[in-house]
Amino acid sequence: MSPPPAAPRAIRSARVARLARPGALLALLVIAAVFPLVVTNALDTQFAVDTLIYVAAVAAWNLFSGYSGYISLGHAVFFGSGAYTVGLLTEHWKVAGGTIFWLLPLAGLVAAAIAVPFGLIALRVRRHTFVVITIAIFFIFQLLAYNLSFTGGNQGISSPFFLWSAQNYNNPFYYVALILAVGTIALSWLIRHSRFGLQLLAIRDDEDRARGLGVRAMRVKLAAFVISGGITGMVGGLWWFFIGQALPETAFNPIFDVTVALMAFLGGFGTLAGPVLGALILEPLQQWVAITFTNGYTGEIALGVLFLLVILVLPRGIVPTGRELATSWQARRTRRRGGPGAPSGAAPPGSPAVPSPSPSGASSASGGGVQ
Amino acid sequence: MGRELTEAIIDGILGGGVYALMAVGLTLIFGVLDIINIAQGILVVLGAYLSYVLAVHLHIDLFVGLLVTVPAMFLVGITIQWAFIRPLRGRERTSMSLLATYAVAIIIEGVLYIIFGANYVNLNSWYVTTGPRVFGFYLDYIYIYGFLLAVVLVAAIYVTLYRTQFGRSIRATMQDHTAARLVGINVNRVQMLTFGIGVAVTAAGGMVFGATGGGFNPNTGYDLISRLLAIIILGGLGSIAGAMIAAIFMITLEGVVDVLWSPSWSVVVFYIALVLVLAFRPQGLLGRKEVRAQ
Amino acid sequence: MTALLRTAGVTKAFGGVQALRECTVEVAEGSIAGLIGPNGSGKTTLFNIITGYERVDRGEVWLGGRPITNHPPDRVFAAGIGRTFQLTRVFSRLTVMENMIVAAQHAERGHGWLRNPLARAGGPATRRRAGELLEFTGIAGHAGALAETLSYGQRKLLELSYVLMADPAIVLLDEPAGGVNPTLITTIADRIRQLNEQGTTFLIVEHNMDFVMGLCHQVTVLDYGTAVVTGPPGVIRTDPRVLDAYLGTAEDGDEAP
Repeated sequence: MSPPPAAPRAIRSARVARLARPGALLALLVIAAVFPLVVTNALDTQFAVDTLIYVAAVAAWNLFSGYSGYISLGHAVFFGSGAYTVGLLTEHWKVAGGTIFWLLPLAGLVAAAIAVPFGLIALRVRRHTFVVITIAIFFIFQLLAYNLSFTGGNQGISSPFFLWSAQNYNNPFYYVALILAVGTIALSWLIRHSRFGLQLLAIRDDEDRARGLGVRAMRVKLAAFVISGGITGMVGGLWWFFIGQALPETAFNPIFDVTVALMAFLGGFGTLAGPVLGALILEPLQQWVAITFTNGYTGEIALGVLFLLVILVLPRGIVPTGRELATSWQARRTRRRGGPGAPSGAAPPGSPAVPSPSPSGASSASGGGVQ
Repeated sequence: MGRELTEAIIDGILGGGVYALMAVGLTLIFGVLDIINIAQGILVVLGAYLSYVLAVHLHIDLFVGLLVTVPAMFLVGITIQWAFIRPLRGRERTSMSLLATYAVAIIIEGVLYIIFGANYVNLNSWYVTTGPRVFGFYLDYIYIYGFLLAVVLVAAIYVTLYRTQFGRSIRATMQDHTAARLVGINVNRVQMLTFGIGVAVTAAGGMVFGATGGGFNPNTGYDLISRLLAIIILGGLGSIAGAMIAAIFMITLEGVVDVLWSPSWSVVVFYIALVLVLAFRPQGLLGRKEVRAQ
Repeated sequence: MTALLRTAGVTKAFGGVQALRECTVEVAEGSIAGLIGPNGSGKTTLFNIITGYERVDRGEVWLGGRPITNHPPDRVFAAGIGRTFQLTRVFSRLTVMENMIVAAQHAERGHGWLRNPLARAGGPATRRRAGELLEFTGIAGHAGALAETLSYGQRKLLELSYVLMADPAIVLLDEPAGGVNPTLITTIADRIRQLNEQGTTFLIVEHNMDFVMGLCHQVTVLDYGTAVVTGPPGVIRTDPRVLDAYLGTAEDGDEAP
């Protein structure tokens, strides 16, 4: 007749677990917010800005590719378009000072506009072909950047040197990058739990079945593509302001997309936190490789080896592997306790009542779909 | 103008044959392994460098050297597949193979840079710079020999595919892995060997490309792979005939645009042609319409 | 009897293979109809054609008097035909409840996809109905589990459940008893009977003779792509044409059982 000793402890730990996640996130945000005020070394803040740029780029990429399952290796198209857009606008409108950041939404709009025809063509093909067509379009854009006159050809577009004090020069860039990164992550979270996101994920799992159930696949995919492209465009614009120069091979850089994809896979393709984690790990690693291997070619080899290691050692990515380890560890614990926690899978005996016909037909007026 | 145009077309067809050879290997790999080998471009360059070493340091004729380079590249292909492709599992196999082969590509590129440096080199021989006059056009022998080589090798591939037991295994695997296993085909082995074959043809392609491409260095791999990808997509992934037709068509088109319009735009036309075809025919010229479960 | 679903003279060939020849099948409204026949007789192809996954070469498909020939799958689904697959298709990386919500798209469409695309997936009415259906099929306990963690039988139940989300007039079941343990088969048969009593029509492809004969009001036999005989189970069981279809006649050189 003794009460199970595990119960109160289980309840307490569950409550702690529920508080832990938002608490940890809040702590992270606070740390990120005060980081540049505490760490004033310019090299460190520059490095932080680079990392945040990649975090934002990966989050935007994952929003489309991770959730739809269509791997894009052409997002550099948006990145570069955003960069050139703000570059050209800055040149022509003679924008200066803090107002430059107001140009970013324009970069996003231009990139989003490009995403529409891009997506309409590319999203009609199966996934294997889709990857290659994104690569093809990427090359078109890079070639256009080289050949068109207004893009400055080989010289690209350079920015006038900015414009606020040299001390803490990186800080405005840091905060804008932080806003972009956090905003994109928040948007990803919202989408993940929304109807729109559910349809995307269903498309990822079984597109034809989803279509058969009434999901408007093209619309959903295109919407995600445009959003993802638009954000990537803004990231590209910010990058241009930060670096101060856009060349065809740097703004439309083939390594960009591969790096972004690799970060997503490292962290856990398709998860929410995975790609961010991947960026936070891989970007510093890349910087380290660049610094350690001063010979560009050995650096390239090191990068390739790094990529291979990631792919072969952690094929599923950190987050899913971590989850698996956690659940199997948890299962071992409950088994050892002889716990009553294991859920039963048997169907209830007897005949349950047949559910009443769906109210869907009649309730269209009640707006039942909106929560 | 008409003369230049005709010359461009002839050159395009002959040159397209070489690209066809490299593209067939790539599409074969896709058909059997369901992966896109991004490293194909740099492997062509590697094949070219191998021919270069044999020719310059050992004075071995380019075509004779193929007897060494083709088996060598075959082994390289098998090794890559066994070490980096086969271990890949799971849902996202195709995407991961893309990243893996990309990683392999940049490693090979780095190694080639270190060994050979960034200078452009050429493959040379008596038949590269001389040629007969045909109907008033100058044709370098290398183009003719290269085209013939391509024809011979593609024919060999066809014969293998359609007349041998091994070829039947390949075709069965292309259709359905599970069914192939059920009838006793060692799918792993077929995949490994097919990858080897797909890479081996790059040795031949590399040699001819190195002799006709106007100079190459490790960076040439990027341009090559992007063209090869466009070609196999246009032809239809997995379709060998499609790859050949697309190769000849694209290279000829590029040559024509080069003459009619401008060299810097001819490359862009390459990709625009691809995008246009896919806009109207998503499966490529000879590809099959596939269900999209995954 | 009014035929709710009717195919008329449906003909379909794949390359050199004639999958269906002048296939005419009728399903009475409110009945449970069975579709049997040897492998290759065209049963799944007929399903694919009815539900829009294949196009006819010739012939028509009618649902309650309206033609639905060659309509795409989503239109057929919206018209009131639900369908399960031989190889169960569920959305593996979504939870059971999310699978149910996806199938409710038709209900939620027009409720502001554009007005509020970030609305939480699945409104209260949808979730309530999903919960009821999951209780009915007995997998409600797994509502929060990823579909890929379900057992084979549970997946079949899930597929049936989400097809029912749209409250279809007729449900096409492709081998619902295939590879499932006997207890579950009985459960599935009971559920079908209950739903049928509430008015849902069924057309079932099955190889399990006991299942079909014990459940269906009317059985149609397909052979070489055409309907050979139709009738109540008792009649079908003893019709020589059925044995012929399954075993072949002596002239074909087949061995006697």
